[in-house]
Amino acid sequence: MQKKYSWYSLLKAGLSGQDWDQAIPLVEPKSKYDVIIIGGGGHGLATAYYLAKECGITNIAVVEKGYIGGGNTARNTTIIRSNYLRDEASSLYEHSMQLWEGISEDLNFNVMFSQRGVYNLGHTLQDMRDIERRVNANMLNGVDAQVVTAKEIKEQIPIINTSQNARYPIMGSSYQPRGGVARHDGVAWGFARAAAMLGVDIIQDCEVIGIEVEEGRVKGVNTTRGDIMADRIGCVSAGHSSVIAKMAGLRLPVESHPLQAFVSEAMKPVLHTVVMSNAVHGYISQSDKGDLVIGAGIDGYSSYAQRGASRIIEHSAAAILEMFPIFSRVRMNRQWGGIVDVCPDACPIISPTKIQGLYFNCGWGTGGFKATPGSGHVFAHTIAQDKQHPLAKPFHLDRFTTGALIDEHGAAGVAH
Amino acid sequence: MFLIHCPYCNEEREQEEFSPAGEAFIARPEAPEDISDEAWADYVFYRTNHKGDHWEQWVHSNGCRKYFMVERSTITHEILKVAAFGADISE
Ligand SMILES: Cc1cc2nc3c(=O)[nH]c(=O)nc-3n(C[C@H](O)[C@H](O)[C@H](O)COP(=O)(O)OP(=O)(O)OC[C@H]3O[C@@H](n4cnc5c(N)ncnc54)[C@H](O)[C@@H]3O)c2cc1C
Ligand SMILES: [Zn+2]
Repeated sequence: MQKKYSWYSLLKAGLSGQDWDQAIPLVEPKSKYDVIIIGGGGHGLATAYYLAKECGITNIAVVEKGYIGGGNTARNTTIIRSNYLRDEASSLYEHSMQLWEGISEDLNFNVMFSQRGVYNLGHTLQDMRDIERRVNANMLNGVDAQVVTAKEIKEQIPIINTSQNARYPIMGSSYQPRGGVARHDGVAWGFARAAAMLGVDIIQDCEVIGIEVEEGRVKGVNTTRGDIMADRIGCVSAGHSSVIAKMAGLRLPVESHPLQAFVSEAMKPVLHTVVMSNAVHGYISQSDKGDLVIGAGIDGYSSYAQRGASRIIEHSAAAILEMFPIFSRVRMNRQWGGIVDVCPDACPIISPTKIQGLYFNCGWGTGGFKATPGSGHVFAHTIAQDKQHPLAKPFHLDRFTTGALIDEHGAAGVAH
Repeated sequence: MFLIHCPYCNEEREQEEFSPAGEAFIARPEAPEDISDEAWADYVFYRTNHKGDHWEQWVHSNGCRKYFMVERSTITHEILKVAAFGADISE
């Protein structure tokens, strides 16, 4: 079994030629578990971790069709913030933010969580009214938030173009000092390792191809590595949620779309914070490695192809250059896409279903990375008690029937 | 980027001229006041979101502005069939 990472273990491995134990054991699936989690992304792994850590259930399998962190977990632009408008959403994302603040210590794994602040720019009077409203709502909910002027932005980020001659001049922004970024694949590895240390089986290269349901109760899953039984199954498969739901004869109110990002070659530190703009639709930060990390928008059609159209990239590049003309000659290194499952109200589904023992945590769309610890935490409690965690309640599937949607679409700073 | 054949203009045009308009065959219930909330929710919000060959709607927004149906693979993006509303798509 692996040992705890420490200053001492680092020194020892450093002196002995980097002789580390395997961080996450490769295991064969057993025939039966108390809980199966479908999907080894950040949310699924966090769910397993909190089930084992806080709910006294350790006989758990996380079943992943590829490798852990091969999905959206390590394809996103890693922006973390909790300045959502609606009470329900801001409580959930703020819960997550507070978990982020202690996550590296908790997991004994450095996820490089960096609270370097997040700016959400406004370019029109209406943008600024929305920003003021959102900042006020945030403050009432105890979430750190400020309205800053274009002049103050320029002082903090000298390379930004606040000129009145821009096509969409920057008028101001909201600022969340506690927002920031984290190393996304590290988040998957950290949760996986910590869960494995508590006894969770992390089974990679194992695709769920069927769900067994008997008399309205879930019984187990069929996988490419045999059948695995469990009375409780949590589905956390992001872009593939509808595919998993179909296996159980269910439909979901989500649609899957490609979402793209791209990074530049590495360069010296030039941007110390995160800048997002809804109006021109671009968001940017600089990774610790030095590359600029830029996010694009979704393609409007549904797709499972993990790639999007190049015109979407072009649009985002144009938006970034509008804000940062200095980047006009930066060379781009890599570009990729992930498949995100988008809900009509841009809020997640954390919910039981009409099949006893079958739960879904999905619909995080373009902005679920920031919620990884909080989502796993409330979902673990929901599965363990067969009762929604209080913070998860508003995110029940029922809301699409009752009409109690949580309209974050236009309200959030930007979709991510 | 792909090319789409507009059944009205009867020409192959660049995707950029078109806008996707969601899943096809979602019929508005005849008498909304008579159906259950579940059935209404299914109509308004729930989707098949199929992985594979999928019928959807597109609109030729920078062209004739008409809506039509496309069967497209959501895995490869390959377009298999295009049809005007009311056309026979069996076979
Ligand atoms: C380009 C891009 C940029 C983004 N930027 C941000 C951002 O800046 N901030 C933010 O908060 N969010 C962002 N997001 C959204 C965020 O990445 C997702 O909301 C979040 O990662 C989804 O949860 P997850 O990590 O569990 O998903 P995933 O990592 O996708 O996990 C789902 C897993 O399920 C597995 N799976 C699917 N089907 C099966 C099956 N049949 N059997 C077994 N396993 C299966 C998949 O292989 C996958 O590993 C972005 C997303 C993308 C694509
Ligand atoms: Zn036409």
